[in-house]
Amino acid sequence: MRSLRDAFVTFRRTPLLSALSVTTIAFSLFALGLFGLVALNIREALDRLEERVELRAFVAEGTPPEAIAVAAADIATFPEVLSARVVTQDEALARARRELGEFRDVFEGAVLPASIDVRLKPGFRDPATVKSVAARVNTFAFIDDIRYGEEWIQKLYRLRTIAGIAGLVLGLAFASVSVIIIGATIRMAVLSRAKEISIMRLVGATDSYIRRPFLLEGFAKGVMGGLLALLLTWLARLLIDRYIIETVFFDQRLAALGLLFGALIGLVGSAVSVGRHLRAV
Amino acid sequence: MIRFFNVTKHYAKTGTAVHDVSLHVGKGEFVFLTGASGAGKTTLLKMVYMEERPTSGEVRVSGTSSLDATPRDVARLRRKLGIVFQDFRLLENRTAEQNVAFALEVTGAARSTIGPKVARVLTQVGLASKGTAYPKELSGGEQQRVAIARALVNDPFVLLADEPTGNLDDRATRGIFQLLREINAAGTAIMMATHNLELIRRQEFRTIEMNRGAIVFDSANPARAAREV
Repeated sequence: MRSLRDAFVTFRRTPLLSALSVTTIAFSLFALGLFGLVALNIREALDRLEERVELRAFVAEGTPPEAIAVAAADIATFPEVLSARVVTQDEALARARRELGEFRDVFEGAVLPASIDVRLKPGFRDPATVKSVAARVNTFAFIDDIRYGEEWIQKLYRLRTIAGIAGLVLGLAFASVSVIIIGATIRMAVLSRAKEISIMRLVGATDSYIRRPFLLEGFAKGVMGGLLALLLTWLARLLIDRYIIETVFFDQRLAALGLLFGALIGLVGSAVSVGRHLRAV
Repeated sequence: MIRFFNVTKHYAKTGTAVHDVSLHVGKGEFVFLTGASGAGKTTLLKMVYMEERPTSGEVRVSGTSSLDATPRDVARLRRKLGIVFQDFRLLENRTAEQNVAFALEVTGAARSTIGPKVARVLTQVGLASKGTAYPKELSGGEQQRVAIARALVNDPFVLLADEPTGNLDDRATRGIFQLLREINAAGTAIMMATHNLELIRRQEFRTIEMNRGAIVFDSANPARAAREV
């Protein structure tokens, strides 16, 4: 209780330094938040692209519709498969015309093969899985040909891997810089109270007693900085949404995680700074 | 109460600060520690409140030994000591009362007992009316009185004073010294480092003189000290 009061009193006694600490934490986390927002939106975009991964198994002409329906039902039970839909010759023609827009005339009188369109569950859209599902679908005797844009899927996956690695490395770099800056801010706060700490020790305060208010203060600053960073990121996203491109924002879980990260940095940064100071004096 | 057994303190950078010192300070004694700057007075006092540990030998203070004291033991020991410095070491952003109360708060004293205790020691040092003043609103002598009040508030068995009058004019020095005498008369032992020879000459208290880290004179034991020279 006393530690809590001490932490609060410190905020009141050194409002400028406390505000500076919170602002520094906020801006460090804001930079991290902005990066997170970019990474999140790239992932969302890739996910949307990935949803379009589809196998199209063309059926030989003259295959009885019942056989096709039985095959489609069978394919739908594959663990990787989300849906398997039969597209009749007429539907195929209508779709082709719709997709070609002004060039739809080229299909005048044409006959397109029927197909089974197979969509895969999330997590099963990588090139290897798509290939293995294609091979299994191909075992049905009446399947003439099977297409799934092998090259396109490989490119998409390469892009995804690069984005993932770049995101991880940059994210770690941003997080490290935040930790260093926040650590320096907290160290400044500790040094500004070096005299107080030395007097506390002289009059018989234990190290844990000295440490406690700093930890609480660091935690509180981390939470406040985190909240401020979240607000700034949200405002930045509003501006981007209005003037540049529509984006998605962190869900509650990610926002809470960001806040927790701020609180943890505040807490651990304080523990390290005070610990180092107490060992040095 | 305070015992030094063949204590030597050596610093890697500056060399030997205290050399083979054996010493006993009894309950309620008043001891002057004197000697030129760098003679080892401050290091000796630091070893009493265990800010420094001996390189060899042992310091024992009220049952706490320098050989095995944990940081927690040292914190507990300091609650039974009062320490005063030349530069007062007051917190500028706290009033006299708050500076004194600080020493009680950090030891976990019950809140209800803090106010009366602070008032009592501030009265004892003659600052009853200045409790709400900040250090910068007080004279040097008054600031040192606040520091002494802070040192006394935990009822220490010994008050360690490192050049407590070093920053004060003659009048303030006399006032502080008179206060220390009164505190001693009430039963608290005092170990005071000073190079104010004038002050020492006027008193009949035990005097220990140090030179280059060694005790060269101890008025309580003139023969032994003379041998050591």
